[in-house]
Formats: sequence, structure tokens, C-alpha cells
Amino acid sequence: MSILQLAWRNIIKNPLNLLMSIILFGLGVGLISFLLLFNHQLKDKFDKNLAEIDLVVGAKGSPLQMILCNMYHVDNPTGNIPIKNAAPLLKDLHPLIKKAIPLSLGDNFKTYRIVGTNHDFPALYEAKLNEGKLWAKDFEVTIGKSVAEETGLKLGDKFVSSHGFNADDHTHDEQSFVVVGILEGTGAVVDQLILTNTASIWLVHAGHGDEAEHDESEENHNHEAEGHEGHAHEDHAHEENEQTGDNHEHGDSHLHDNSNSDLLHHQEQEITSVLIQYKSRTNFQALNFGRNINENTEMQAASPAIEINRLYNMIGVGTEALRWLAILIAMVSALSIFISLFKSMRERKYELAIIRVLGAGRIKVFMLIILEGLILAIIGFLIGTALSHIGMELVAKYLKADFRYSFTGWKFLDEEWWVLGVSLILGIIASIIPAIQAANTDINKTLSQK
Amino acid sequence: MIATKDVKYKYPGSTPIVFPDIQCKANDILLILGTSGVGKTTLLHLLGGILSVQQGSVIIGDRELNKLSGAATDQFRGQNIGIIFQQNHFVDALNVIENVMLAQSLAGKTSDKKAAQSLLDRLNIGHKANQHIKDLSQGEKQRVAIARAIINQPKVILADEPTSALDDINCDEVLKLLKEQAKAAGSALVIVTHDTRLKDNIPNHVILQS
Repeated sequence: MSILQLAWRNIIKNPLNLLMSIILFGLGVGLISFLLLFNHQLKDKFDKNLAEIDLVVGAKGSPLQMILCNMYHVDNPTGNIPIKNAAPLLKDLHPLIKKAIPLSLGDNFKTYRIVGTNHDFPALYEAKLNEGKLWAKDFEVTIGKSVAEETGLKLGDKFVSSHGFNADDHTHDEQSFVVVGILEGTGAVVDQLILTNTASIWLVHAGHGDEAEHDESEENHNHEAEGHEGHAHEDHAHEENEQTGDNHEHGDSHLHDNSNSDLLHHQEQEITSVLIQYKSRTNFQALNFGRNINENTEMQAASPAIEINRLYNMIGVGTEALRWLAILIAMVSALSIFISLFKSMRERKYELAIIRVLGAGRIKVFMLIILEGLILAIIGFLIGTALSHIGMELVAKYLKADFRYSFTGWKFLDEEWWVLGVSLILGIIASIIPAIQAANTDINKTLSQK
Repeated sequence: MIATKDVKYKYPGSTPIVFPDIQCKANDILLILGTSGVGKTTLLHLLGGILSVQQGSVIIGDRELNKLSGAATDQFRGQNIGIIFQQNHFVDALNVIENVMLAQSLAGKTSDKKAAQSLLDRLNIGHKANQHIKDLSQGEKQRVAIARAIINQPKVILADEPTSALDDINCDEVLKLLKEQAKAAGSALVIVTHDTRLKDNIPNHVILQS
């Protein structure tokens, strides 16, 4: 019967006290640990997907929306830009730009976005081929790992895209895509994209007959998704359909070779955005580059780092409030452990005196009470950790369904050791006063009381 | 086995109590008699190292209690002194046999369940070993207290008013039990009481006077 066993027996003797203390403690720890897990994974996703992109240039609108749409693929585009406007960015010899990667959005397959781009795009995320090859001809696609896993698409499979970003939107049944490659997993957004060349996106939309119905659904859709900023709906997404007269290349044997210079031959076509990497981020001209675009062109430029920071700050207020709530709960739980130990110590003063008589020194009695506090804290910590990971897993499921981003509850962080450390300290703080009192009890006086 | 010399004790604000010298060898029994208020419990606590000696000396075996430090006193008490209180308290969270085993481990010995069980058997409460203390009668509780006091085969067993609440028949029985167990453990038995019935059975006695 060691002191540890005795402490344990004392704790389970009072199941109600136990429950009260550890539920509170577990809630506090759980909330803190959940915030850690969530923030960590969110930041991880955001950081991975930054992919060293310095600037995104797209249609005017909300810069944050443009970043979310074109880099994280969770929001709708702010609109499209004509290639003739973006042409200076796409020219190979631009002095500031290392890479300019065009993106064309607007279609999906089972909610997985189809992105018209060039081969620099998978390279951004260091995505390697798992099977097959990168797209070369029109309507060839290379798909991300999650797309392959969730939709079951295999090499050689054909599919028909849907317009917009929801699976139930208008279906383009005229043309079907064919899978020519599957990428390895990267943990970044490219896992959930279907990549093809820019021209395929144009071709899909060029074949459109009845525009009226289609435009209407698109309009409604964006209204809901956005509701903020003076975003110009009329220039949104798919005006390219109006210029079907222009499609001199369609139907003939023209090869789209995926290069930017190829895009420059189609000045009247549109793309959604251009992702830009600078040659040097610290170059003075690079610092002003985005502002120049915003002030002097009909396009909008935004820095992902700045916009994501803005987003963090917005989320930050909420997480900060939650964090304080969690700290408050942890404090209250420590107080509840203190009260319950203090109360039980008073009830057990004869017991503690007897333990002294039987040979336990003051230090042992002190340790007994401290151990009781620590055991409560450890159980609370374990419950809290379990709650946070289960909670994270539930949230992960929800996020996956809504945003296609894969979070997980089964990832453990180094910071959780810190949470354990703080829990133990709280356990000691809660028990130290009762422990000192127990150690200092005058056993002669206690035992003389009849 | 236990002896005192010139022990005095003074509570703050009162006159000092002067105790007669006592002595009790192994396997012997000493009765310390006194009416209420003469300092019986004080003496018992001094003998048991519960109260530190202010003046004089208490010697158990070859050790002088008042020369031990606080922690050493606690340990020495656990190993060498078994105390049976008038009102016995137990650790509520533990059952009967665990309370006895707790005395073993707190004295720094390994818990020996077999020894604890056979002692409880000897005291006729072996069948209650796994019961909760609160479900026991007063007499049974006293037996558990006796078991707890002698499990480590202490040099000295101190008993505070073990019989005063009992009728004659039970009184004789408890005394017999204490004698037997003290003998079995090879301990000196010191009984502190106001119960004069015990005088006839224990020739060796000291009377405390105010």
C-alpha cells in the first residue's frame, strides 16, 4: 500500500468530487489543446499552400477572396481577366518575375476543381507523378491524390465536368476529359485539384449554347457565397462564352502547348488569375509592383502573405476569446480541485494523524495530498486530450466535406507536452495549500480531541 | 524495553505536569492508572513520540526518543511503537486488511497480506478482512486497531483506555487478548486507563496523581 495507491484510493472514494474536478479540468485542457491542434493544422495548410507565391493577380474585387479562391481553392473567383491585360505579366522576359503561372477556374468534377494552368503549377507544390504523365493535349488531365482516392478516377478514365464549383451545377456534356496522370500526395491543395491546360477550360465553355439559364444560376450562387464587398458580378467568371465568335482555334488542329507565350496568341481569351513568383522579393521595384497593378490596371494584385495574415487576425479575435475562456475554465477547475482537497483534508484530519502515527513523516503526508492533486490533473489532462483529438477529428470530417481540406484528429503536437506540464503545475498549485496544512497538523492536538 | 526518567510537561499557561518514572520490560505489562485530567493522554503521547518531550527522557529499546528528529521520530514510532487509541480512526478509503497492511508499508516494511490475514484470523476477524471499516461493530474495530498496532511486532504497545467503555465480560476478554498478542509479539504492553478493574489483573502498576 504505497502513498500513490493510497492517494488513488482516496480519490476514487469520492466519485462525485472526482467527476466535478476532472470534467472541469478536462474541458479547460480540451479547449486549449483543441485550439492548439486547430491553429497548428490551419497554419500548416496555409503555409504549405503559400508555395512561395509572392503575388496573385486577378480581377478586381476582394483581395482576400481572390487569394482564397486562387491559392486555397475555397472561395469563388472575383472574376476573370482578359489575357491582353495580363500579357505583360506572362511575357518571358519580365525583369521582376521569375515565374508567372496562369490559372483558369470555372469547372469541377464532383466538386473537385478543374484548373487550367501550365506545368509550373504542380512544381510549385513539388508534386511528383505517381502514375502516368502530366497533361499535354487539350482535355487531358492530371489529377491530385485526394481526387483519385475520393472519386475513384483512374488512368484512362473519362469524365464530364460540371460548370461552377458545385457538382449539381450545369453539366458540360459535350466534351469529356481523360485522366492521363495521377500525382503523389503533397499535403497541399494540389492534392484536391484536377489539372489541365488553359485551353481546355476555354473549349469547354466555348461549346455552350443556352447561356441565359446558366448565367442566372451562376449569379445566384455567387451572391450567397459572398455577400461582401462591391464585387462586380457582371464581370464574373464566364463572359468568354459571349465571344464564341472569336474561337478561331477551336475545332482545328491547333496545339496548345501550355506555355505562356502560347497564351499570348489568344489575347481575347480570359484567365482567372496569374500566380507570380518574383526573382527577388527584396527588390524595391518588386515591392511596388502590386501597387502599380492596383493603381494603373483593371486588374487587382494581392500578396498572399499579407491577406492570410489579415485572415489570421480576423480569426485571431475568436481564438483569443476562446483561449481566455479555456484558461478561465482551467483556473476554475484548479480552484475546484483545491476546494475539494481542502474539504476532504478537513474531513480526514484524524486519518492523516493516524497515518503520521503509523510512521509517515510530514513529507509523506504532504506528498499524499500533492499526489491527489496531481492524479486529478493527469486524469483531467487525459480526458481533455481525448476530447480535443476526438473534437478535432469531428471538425476534420466537417471541413473535409465542406472544403476538401484534410485535417486530422490523430496528429499529436509537441505543444501538448507543454499542456501536460501546465496541467501538472496547476495540480500542484491546487494541492499545495491543503498539503502544507496537512503536513503541519499537530497530531497530538488532533488525537487528544475526543 | 521502555523507561522514562524525570519527565515533565508544561502546556502554555498552566503548571507543569510531573510524571513518575516508569519502566516496562519486553513481555511485561504495565498499568498506568489515573483519574481524568491528570495527564494520562499526555503521558501516552509522550511515550509514543506523538508529543515531544520537553524535559527528562523517554527511552525505548536503546534509543532516546527526545534525541530523534521529527522525521526520525515518525519512522521510529512506525517501526517500534504500536498505539491503540480510545477512539480508533482508520483510513476510510481502505478496507480492513488494507488498513493493517498500510501500517506495514508506512513503517517501511513490505506489505505482507498473508501475515495481515493470519493476524486478523488470530483476532477472530479474519472473515471481515475485505469489509469496509464503517460496517464493523465497535468491538471489531478495536480488534482491527489491535491488529494494526501489533502487525510490525513493535517493542512497545501503548493502549489508551482500551476497556473503559466495556462491560466486565468484554473487559476481561479484551485484556486477555491484549496480553496474548503482546506476548506473541514479544512486546512491552503499557495500558493507560482510569479503569480500576484492571488493577486486580495487572500487578505492575503506576498511579498518576495531580
